[in-house]
Amino acid sequence: MNTILDIKNIVKNYANHLALDDVSITVPKGMIFGLLGPNGAGKTSLIRIVNQITAPDSGKVFFDGEPLSERHIYEIGYLPEERGLYKKMKVGDLLLYLARLKGLSKSEAMDKLKEWFIKFDIKNWWDKPVEDLSKGMQQKIQFVATVLHQPKLIILDEPFSGFDPINANIIKDEILKLREQGSTIIFSTHRMESVEELCDHVALINKSKKVLDGSKAELKEQFKENSFHIEFDGKLESKEGVYQIEKVMNTEGNHYSGTVKLAEGVSVNDLIRAIIDQVELKALHENIPTMNDIFIKAVNQA
Amino acid sequence: MKNILLIIQREYLTRVKKKSFIILTLLVPLLMMGMWAGIIWAAMSGTDEKHISVIDESGFFVNKIGNGEMYSFEYIDTDLTEAKKAFPESGKDALVFIPADIMENPKSVQIFAERGVPLELKSKVEGAIEREIESIKLTEAGITRSVLEDAKLNVSSETISLNDGNEKKSSSTAATIIGFACAFLIYISVFIYGAQVMRGVMEEKTSRIVEVIISSVKPFQLMIGKIVGVALVGLTQFTLWIVLTLALFSIGGQVVGSKLQDMPDVSAVQSANLPPEVAAQMQQNQPDIGADVLPDIINAASTLPIATIIISFLFYFLGGYLLYSSLFGAVGSAVDGETDTQQFILPITIPIIAAFIIAQFVMRDPNGPLAFWASMVPFTSPIIMMVRIPFGVPIWQIALSIALLIGGFIFTTWLAARIYRIGILMYGKKVTWKELSKWVFYKG
Repeated sequence: MNTILDIKNIVKNYANHLALDDVSITVPKGMIFGLLGPNGAGKTSLIRIVNQITAPDSGKVFFDGEPLSERHIYEIGYLPEERGLYKKMKVGDLLLYLARLKGLSKSEAMDKLKEWFIKFDIKNWWDKPVEDLSKGMQQKIQFVATVLHQPKLIILDEPFSGFDPINANIIKDEILKLREQGSTIIFSTHRMESVEELCDHVALINKSKKVLDGSKAELKEQFKENSFHIEFDGKLESKEGVYQIEKVMNTEGNHYSGTVKLAEGVSVNDLIRAIIDQVELKALHENIPTMNDIFIKAVNQA
Repeated sequence: MKNILLIIQREYLTRVKKKSFIILTLLVPLLMMGMWAGIIWAAMSGTDEKHISVIDESGFFVNKIGNGEMYSFEYIDTDLTEAKKAFPESGKDALVFIPADIMENPKSVQIFAERGVPLELKSKVEGAIEREIESIKLTEAGITRSVLEDAKLNVSSETISLNDGNEKKSSSTAATIIGFACAFLIYISVFIYGAQVMRGVMEEKTSRIVEVIISSVKPFQLMIGKIVGVALVGLTQFTLWIVLTLALFSIGGQVVGSKLQDMPDVSAVQSANLPPEVAAQMQQNQPDIGADVLPDIINAASTLPIATIIISFLFYFLGGYLLYSSLFGAVGSAVDGETDTQQFILPITIPIIAAFIIAQFVMRDPNGPLAFWASMVPFTSPIIMMVRIPFGVPIWQIALSIALLIGGFIFTTWLAARIYRIGILMYGKKVTWKELSKWVFYKG
């Protein structure tokens, strides 16, 4: 079975609005899966359904091939966007409590916690009340609580918010490590640079509907516009049926750079042939859309 | 189930380990002990004795106004104007003037004092004079006081409840005290522990840990775990209060007991200082009220259905607490902060307060229709039934009341859970009553 999560035709209505409208998403195993969408698109509603916090009005969810049921709670780790801790509790007691709620025995939880406390070099935090920690430190504790029971599926909602760049990198490395160990990670965020960097697969929800779904490479292929960046010396003109100059800029002396758009059915070789007849070509590469471009374009199209 | 136990454990331990819990648990028995010691001390040391001069021109009343615990009377033989002049320097607290024509003019008695005359002194003097005039007039009519005393009987009715065909001696005083004390404890604890549940829910919501928790457990489990955890905290606190208070009292009782034995007999001292005939009359006229009534109450209390009272107290405490704490929990889940709680808290507290007010009427008429209905309605029954039980309540009524209370808290818990599961995830929205009622019917 290569699918950890199979979401089929989920519909969820709240009193005065439709939060999810026939959404189907398949999450392959062992990936970092980006769940994207503007604010209020329905991401959190979907995540809550997967976590069995709420139930869908209709539709089904399969976890690792089985209909989602209560015991799968132990296989999922969830870091919500709005998150907190019991402020008066001691860090160690709190983490033990959260781990045991996820089905670990006390001794298992202890062993795993020790590893993480060594890894993050926070051994002396064990007996501190949570309220004595800085916000960033509390975020680290929350991350540990989410992944401690080594869940098959980890759902992270904006995991980097509140972290300084150094700690964000530590968390990023841990996420990559978790994927290597076989966990699947659903990663919900607005920060497109981390999507670009981390995600293998992406689904985009907008206005309660899924508007995009696919691997990062597929999406880039789908959204590229046959647009090429070129640099050259000399004077270049558009050639009907082959390419169209969209933008050209004089950078220095006889040196220019610009963007050209290829006509339908024309290969890159044809483009190069057409150009080198006119100018001295210095550089040429295809403009691959960033995830940010794709996000904006997909949201605006819908 | 394992998760509910974990939640109960956390809710219980974090509260019991709190400094405020430990301090309160120790403080209450000490306060009780302090109050008790204060009463004993006041009784033993007595209040300041007031010295009063009496001018009796009639001569009928010399040494007839008995010295009490608070007053000592001294009869002087000067005329009024002189005595009034000398009064400020005399160090006396009051001056009583009985004119010669007292028999003809009973309203002519005057009492002087530097600042106002205490009502008690006034009634004491009036009473003594009235009694004396009465006996003088009786003597004139040929009736002696002893004949009159024979005619006066101290009537104190014995209430006997006819229950299950057995005649049981009961004391309505003991029943009233015990019933009301139990009702008051339930009243207070519903507020204290209900508020703890509400604050616990609010803490989880405002700190936003709730979403993490309910990704591991069902919201209902979290709510029930909290309610049960706090109930256990309450039971622990009550048990410790009772045990510590009893321990302190038994230690304190021994100390006081040995002291009391050292004290000379108070009435013996008083009698010694008085002329023999006065002392004899005093002992005749002052039956020791306390000595008569107290053993009665204790005796009657032992005939009360103690086991029934204890078992029903525990049941109604838990039932009342469960009924209301789930509602308090629902309020905690619906609001964003303490300030928003007011509008929702009021309708919950009104029935509790109403029950407590009704309890005062029920004490007087424990088997009337108000008592019956108020002890059936689950929102008032925990308090009202506790007032009634020491007086004896038919089994079918207790059974019905218990069944209704169980039904009642199952209903409020269900209702609260419906609100709770939506409320804990609802942020930044001013919730109205209309909104709340909608949540109850939301799906999933």
